[in-house]
Amino acid sequence: MSRKIFSVFGLLIVASMVLAACGGGTPAAGTERIVETVIVEVPVAGDAAPLPPPAGYGATLAAVQARGVLICGVNSQVPGFGYIDADGNFSGIDVDYCRALAAAIFGDSTKVEFRPVTAAERFTALQSGEIDVLSRNTTWSTVRDTELGGNFTATTFYDGQGMMVRAGEGITTLADLAGGTICVQTGTTTELNLADVMAAAGIAYTPAVFEDADSTFAAYAEERCDAVTTDKSGLVSRRTVLEDPSAHVILDVTMSKEPLGPMVRHGDDQWFDIAQWTVFALISAEEFGVTSANVDAAKANPSNPEVARLLGNEGDLGLKLGLSNDWAYNIIAQVGNYEEVYNRSLGPDTPTYIPRGLNSLYTEGGLLYAPPFR
Amino acid sequence: MAAVTDIKPPLSERPSPLGWARKYLFNSLGNSLLTIFSIWLIYTVGIGLLRWVFTQAEWQVIATNLRLILLGQYPIAQVWRIWLSLLLLAFLIGNSLAIWGKAGKTAKRFGAGLVAFPLLLALTAIGAESRGWLVGLSAMLILGWYLGRPATRTLRRVVAVGWFIWPPIFLILLRGTTPAEGVLPIVGTNLWGGLLLTFLLTVVGIVFSFPLGVFLALGRRSELRIVRWFSIGYIELIRGVPLISILFMAQLMLPLFLPAGITIDRVIRAMVGITLFSAAYLAENVRGGLQAIPKGQFEAAHAMGLNGLQTMSLIVLPQALRLVIPILVGQFIALFKDTALVAIVGLLDIVGIAKTVLAQPDFLGLQREVYAFVSLLYWVFSYAMSYVAQRLEISLGVGQR
Repeated sequence: MSRKIFSVFGLLIVASMVLAACGGGTPAAGTERIVETVIVEVPVAGDAAPLPPPAGYGATLAAVQARGVLICGVNSQVPGFGYIDADGNFSGIDVDYCRALAAAIFGDSTKVEFRPVTAAERFTALQSGEIDVLSRNTTWSTVRDTELGGNFTATTFYDGQGMMVRAGEGITTLADLAGGTICVQTGTTTELNLADVMAAAGIAYTPAVFEDADSTFAAYAEERCDAVTTDKSGLVSRRTVLEDPSAHVILDVTMSKEPLGPMVRHGDDQWFDIAQWTVFALISAEEFGVTSANVDAAKANPSNPEVARLLGNEGDLGLKLGLSNDWAYNIIAQVGNYEEVYNRSLGPDTPTYIPRGLNSLYTEGGLLYAPPFR
Repeated sequence: MAAVTDIKPPLSERPSPLGWARKYLFNSLGNSLLTIFSIWLIYTVGIGLLRWVFTQAEWQVIATNLRLILLGQYPIAQVWRIWLSLLLLAFLIGNSLAIWGKAGKTAKRFGAGLVAFPLLLALTAIGAESRGWLVGLSAMLILGWYLGRPATRTLRRVVAVGWFIWPPIFLILLRGTTPAEGVLPIVGTNLWGGLLLTFLLTVVGIVFSFPLGVFLALGRRSELRIVRWFSIGYIELIRGVPLISILFMAQLMLPLFLPAGITIDRVIRAMVGITLFSAAYLAENVRGGLQAIPKGQFEAAHAMGLNGLQTMSLIVLPQALRLVIPILVGQFIALFKDTALVAIVGLLDIVGIAKTVLAQPDFLGLQREVYAFVSLLYWVFSYAMSYVAQRLEISLGVGQR
């Protein structure tokens, strides 16, 4: 309990320092005086916190830096999100996030060890410290955020569960599936969502459950079920490899919210911040039009003050995260911005093309919105 | 009536193909119908299979990912270390065939097959990238054969020692010793995969579960109560749970019990799990062999003045183990295939890597090709194990005396 109070005090002090540094007005004259003394102390005391940080604070970053490599739990079997290419390299949007995090910490996006984890072992692997961060198309949900001992940092991909059926069978709504068989992968939120949605709508159906995605879709291709359900991202990529993609339609229903994003362990807020602001750096870079190609020009001649702060020209945002000040510059230079990461794995030139949709910037009607860098 | 010694060997009848067919395939109406039906069935299935293999299947997925399937993510710049180990192994095999095969027909035929295989691979597209190494393998086999031909006592010892030091050399080459800049940079076990990992898990499982299993089998027959109870408890506990749950325990539960900061390599954890599992089954198989040894053997050994240890190691175990060779080989082949379960705990063995290959956007939906190839690999190596074991049985005279 007392640790929480300390961290609240710590936050308050840091917040007041930030406010003072930005020249923002302070509510009371009395506080202003205190703030001024703190400002004087900052350059002298460096990053020494006035109050002891909670136990575990900074432990993960220290361990990762001592090890010299980030261990990232990823999927090795999802096209576009996490897979191994023919050269033996991990690829995918979840994998590139790990590279961005490694670039932020070490200034070197190759200092990451990918550990393929299965759906069943992913949370244990995170809890036991086998992996530093879990970036494996994992849906953000209450139980996972609390009981499973992890914290979701940010959403890197907004997904939702869909339903694919064969065209020409007259199925246009979920109700048309009454009495039918639906192929679904077991042990996933997909299976639970399907049960919830169908129960709520009072539609009786027979689930045909399979251990992995491949056999689920193979069964659907062999017409062993009337419909197949998984996240829409999965349906899109799976439809492209069916014998006749145009003979299948994805129903216009979204049965769930599936915000996918990286997850860290409970108990180390600094690590949480680093993992979270790495996502925000990717998104902000796209918003400001900073790409891996023009990042050097942008750093030499920042278009606006926030870009200057993002790239470490002004302020010391990187130091506040416990990283070097060019952390975001390294991410963008070595991995790219969100758009580059997205297009590399899910863009129009890939076999796994998924339209940006909800995963567009908020300025373009999507949900991607990063807090200000200041 | 001819005398017994005059009896000629039975005539080796070589009937005309038509006569043979009439005698064995169409000797009654029922058999004729059965034959016609079977031919139709074989033709239908066979033609479909052949058509798929040669015209429809997209084998490009295998050609592109061959290195991944065989070696996992082992860095391409370091693959020479594996080839070097294989060259040493080929040399040892050549040596051993010359020495222990007694230059007999079987050894020669077997050796010729081994020499021909890499050369054939080198000629096809599969081996195109590593032609030099493949030819080197054949050359080392031949070299080993010629150097081993004197078959002197000293040479035998040297080669036996060679077999003992080859595994450590292989492991050192595989893992490396120096940081990234050195000659042998360390390749972490997270990069070991494919057939390589399957082999390692199998070989380690066999090598370590064998002594453990023998000890457990002896322990179960021991007169010391605690030893016996422990052995029985261990065997029944492990046999009572499926391998997959032991692997899950090793991968998921163990890290939670270990103190923070201490991690055991996950490949090693899988190896330990497989070894412990296999040992329990092996113990029961060996116990079967022990029970088949008549009591007279013990008593005779006793009468000769051998103590308990000598009786076991010189009289009982050699006989008992020879009896159970077929069962043990069956178990080891099963173990080889059981290692596929590590794919479920996230290790990229040959099945795990097959699943990742199937996730490559360029090769989505090619399950049939990938799994057919993986099955072929499993079959080839399982059959090779079985064949070697048959030869071993023949040379040991199992079932003959």
